[in-house]
Amino acid sequence: MQALDKKLLRDFQRLWVQGVAIAAVLACGVAILLTGIGMFTALSDTRAAYYERNRFADLFVDVRRAPDTILPAILSIDGVAAVAPRVQGLAVLDLPGRVEMATGQILGWPEGDEPALNAPLLRSGTYPARAGDVMVNAAFAEANGYEIGDGFAANINGQRRELTITGTALTPEFVYTIGPGALMPDNANFGILWMTEAALAAAFDMEGAFNHLALSLARDAVEQDVTEAVDLLLDPYGGLGAYGRDRQVSDAFLSAEIDQLAAMARVTPPVFFAIAAFLVSMVMSRIVTLDRAEIGLLKALGYSDVEISIHYLLLAAMIAVVGVGMGWALGTLLARTMAWQYARFFDFPYLLFRVPPWVYAVSGLAALVTTMAGALRAALMAARLAPAVAMQPPAPPLFRRTILDVAMAALRLRQTTIMILRSLIRWPLRALFTALGLGAATASIISAGFMWDSLDRVIDQTFDQSMRQDAMILFTEDVPLSTLATIARLPGILQVEPQQMHAVILRHGLHEKRVALEARPRDADLSRVITPDGRAVDAPPGGLMLSHRLARQMDLGPGDTVSVEFLSGRRETHDLVVTALVELHLGLGAYADMDFLDRLERRDGRVSVANVLLDPIRTDDLHLALRDIPALSGLILISDNRRSFEATIDANISVVNGIYAAIAICITIGVAYNAARIQLSERARELASLRILGFSRGEVSGVLVGETMLLAILAQPPGWLMGAGIARALSNSFSSDLYAIPLVLTPSTFATASLIVLAASFVSVMLVRRRVDRMDLVAVMKTRE
Amino acid sequence: MVQFVFRTEGLTKVYDSGDVQVRALDGVDLELYAGELAVLLGASGSGKSTLLNILGGLDHATSGRVWFRDLDLTDLGDRALTRYRRDHVGFVFQFYNLVPSLSARENVQLVTDVAADPMDAAEALEMVGLAHRLDHFPAEMSGGEQQRVAIARAIAKRPEVLLCDEPTGALDSKTGVAVLEVLNTINDTLGTSTIVITHNAGIQAMAHRVIRFADGRIGGVSENARRVAPHEISW
Repeated sequence: MQALDKKLLRDFQRLWVQGVAIAAVLACGVAILLTGIGMFTALSDTRAAYYERNRFADLFVDVRRAPDTILPAILSIDGVAAVAPRVQGLAVLDLPGRVEMATGQILGWPEGDEPALNAPLLRSGTYPARAGDVMVNAAFAEANGYEIGDGFAANINGQRRELTITGTALTPEFVYTIGPGALMPDNANFGILWMTEAALAAAFDMEGAFNHLALSLARDAVEQDVTEAVDLLLDPYGGLGAYGRDRQVSDAFLSAEIDQLAAMARVTPPVFFAIAAFLVSMVMSRIVTLDRAEIGLLKALGYSDVEISIHYLLLAAMIAVVGVGMGWALGTLLARTMAWQYARFFDFPYLLFRVPPWVYAVSGLAALVTTMAGALRAALMAARLAPAVAMQPPAPPLFRRTILDVAMAALRLRQTTIMILRSLIRWPLRALFTALGLGAATASIISAGFMWDSLDRVIDQTFDQSMRQDAMILFTEDVPLSTLATIARLPGILQVEPQQMHAVILRHGLHEKRVALEARPRDADLSRVITPDGRAVDAPPGGLMLSHRLARQMDLGPGDTVSVEFLSGRRETHDLVVTALVELHLGLGAYADMDFLDRLERRDGRVSVANVLLDPIRTDDLHLALRDIPALSGLILISDNRRSFEATIDANISVVNGIYAAIAICITIGVAYNAARIQLSERARELASLRILGFSRGEVSGVLVGETMLLAILAQPPGWLMGAGIARALSNSFSSDLYAIPLVLTPSTFATASLIVLAASFVSVMLVRRRVDRMDLVAVMKTRE
Repeated sequence: MVQFVFRTEGLTKVYDSGDVQVRALDGVDLELYAGELAVLLGASGSGKSTLLNILGGLDHATSGRVWFRDLDLTDLGDRALTRYRRDHVGFVFQFYNLVPSLSARENVQLVTDVAADPMDAAEALEMVGLAHRLDHFPAEMSGGEQQRVAIARAIAKRPEVLLCDEPTGALDSKTGVAVLEVLNTINDTLGTSTIVITHNAGIQAMAHRVIRFADGRIGGVSENARRVAPHEISW
């Protein structure tokens, strides 16, 4: 090993705390890049492989009752590669040992072989073969502790059937399994059930017909054209409009997650790399300044400028290597954490947890290049030093009077305070970047912390104000309004209100959107539409009320006319006026007055959902009574929904907040510790002088602590601004057709973020302060700078 | 009766760096008188700086005792030594040690802000002949001027002793003489006991007493019957 290499190793040994502090920031960038791209790739690859192997369909269409004889016509549509018709329906499940009802989505299983499209992947047991056989999704079996051979009962279209589990399976159709009306997956209460097509067709009166069709497209097919052709063919049979994967619930959730990962990998790591580059630049410049005499000596001994530059670049490279190593370890851990999260939400048969090797290479290279860029200035500085000049001590830094001195004099500040302020004014860029770094840390915490308050508002508006019913009773198809009287007589029912759900297609100009139109009676009390200021609003009769999000997407405003195609009932199209807009967090809301719609349909009142208020002590009786009511497809307990929503959100946000807080602390320590170390190095002599002049340790440390803490405090307002900006961007980017996260920023979010960053800054500076306490006064004074 | 400012008994300082032991001070018995200007003369490494550091409360002796008037400095802790330096001692170093971000006046104010009965910062700078450089920063001054600011900073709190470690070491002869003039004037007018460490034999002529150092011991003490004014000295 050459002498210069030994110097390199010893320099690094001497600087290791500073090096690690920078490496930690770098590691955050590497880890997020690794997790973001890695999980993005893994998730997209997994999805692609799963969809490919199990023939996930490209188009889906629900229809009231279409005869199998229509299938050849559909197959002959240009661009259609394969079709898979089936009978499907919702059923109320009566699970042994449980009083509460569960809901099942029952899918028909074709005779003989597995379906042509959306082929389930058998996990255990066998496919259903006989009338009483049922194959269930693996998550449902696991959540309820079912084994092959276990049984339960189902109320299928009003008939009670005893079913025996023959197998468990996964399907690309339900990677994200969410029941009707539910906000979160709840595997214990919602299951996917496969029964033989013959048995199901008999139960739903669908022999020789189907009510759901999946289609796959040829490579060169135009989805829009096929959609229109299919809709045209199925319209006479009550087709509800074909939709692509983007509106398939499971795939939509999955896509949203994948997009979010891509955004995370794009936006976040550059911030960390920039901060790390700045820290490297700051630290390396200082090292070159301190090494002046040595650089002069090395040059006098015959080392070239290039050799000396490389020497300092290598020092930075060692920091990068440590950072990349830490980042890889952290990233692998983070990827595992996310994989664990995904495993909770998504039912994949295999999730490629492995982060592809090229992502390690790319993230490592990116970190190395950034660090080198940061060290470049210092390396060039070392190269440019002329040997004779280098061996002379540097001239003392030049301070000049500025306008601020007048202010400082007027304020009669202490000399030690003036020292702090002059240093900030003398090196404004360094102060600015240090403050920006610390501000970024605050912003990082805010950008995750705002979610608590935002989701609190979502929960409050959704559950406390909007969905005030204890339960929703779902019917297989609309029932007469008079059914409400029957419901009201059931045990434990205190209050009942009707609600209608209509599948409609809205058209305005070039915009077209399939939505669920909700209709309620005027002054409904249990299920209400709530404005952001907490008012309950009814959809005015004679028109539609739309959520802001939907109106924006459709380019609609109050007073505009929108064409509404009803996909059920008389299947008519009406031009309706948008009479009001309303702010909503969940779903793409469209609302109408119930009487108005019944008149439009020229029919007596109908009900799709009964909203009920329950007597809590009689809930069990109600469950028992409901099992025997035909035409019931499910009961959704709002409190269950709320609990699982809150639990999921708590777990998720805690993890995310923990990660962001850890990242912020990494940044803070990286920036504050290095800033204080550099100050100490520059000021060792001054601080020792102060000690000799009779200043106490506390007073002397005050100068050191004061400058960094002053910067940390000054960094907070810009940090708040950055944080609010990021939170706004995140809140916008999270918005989809499924949900919107409102931007709720409370003083406590800002205060918490600032407290964490200020505390971490203080701890970092106090670590450096110990060096002031241990300073050898005599040695410092004797050495010539 | 002659008053002592410093008294040492068997003062010994051993630097122990593993295998090698260096005896920087080897049983020094010394008395320094109030109001005198003493020159400690010796080659570099003779132990004179070590003695000065111990007298100034910057370092502890390995054995022996040291008193400042009635105050036994030997076993004082860090807090008490800080207090002692703040109240009683003025330091002047070879390399000035000014705070570059503070002007001449502000460097002096560093001390006057915390001292019990300080003189005005401007007055201290006037005493060292820098009344016209009050608002200049260290980088804007010559070495001699910077050293005079350091002296002004040392005397501004009216210390009882002024400890000067090679105060002219970094200066040329002419500038050095100007600095010595300032030290002499302060000793005469304020009566501050002044101890000047130097390896420059020329300077001894201005002292009341000359204490010679060699190998950590006192080699001899002599009194100057006739003191020479600094401007008559040259090297």
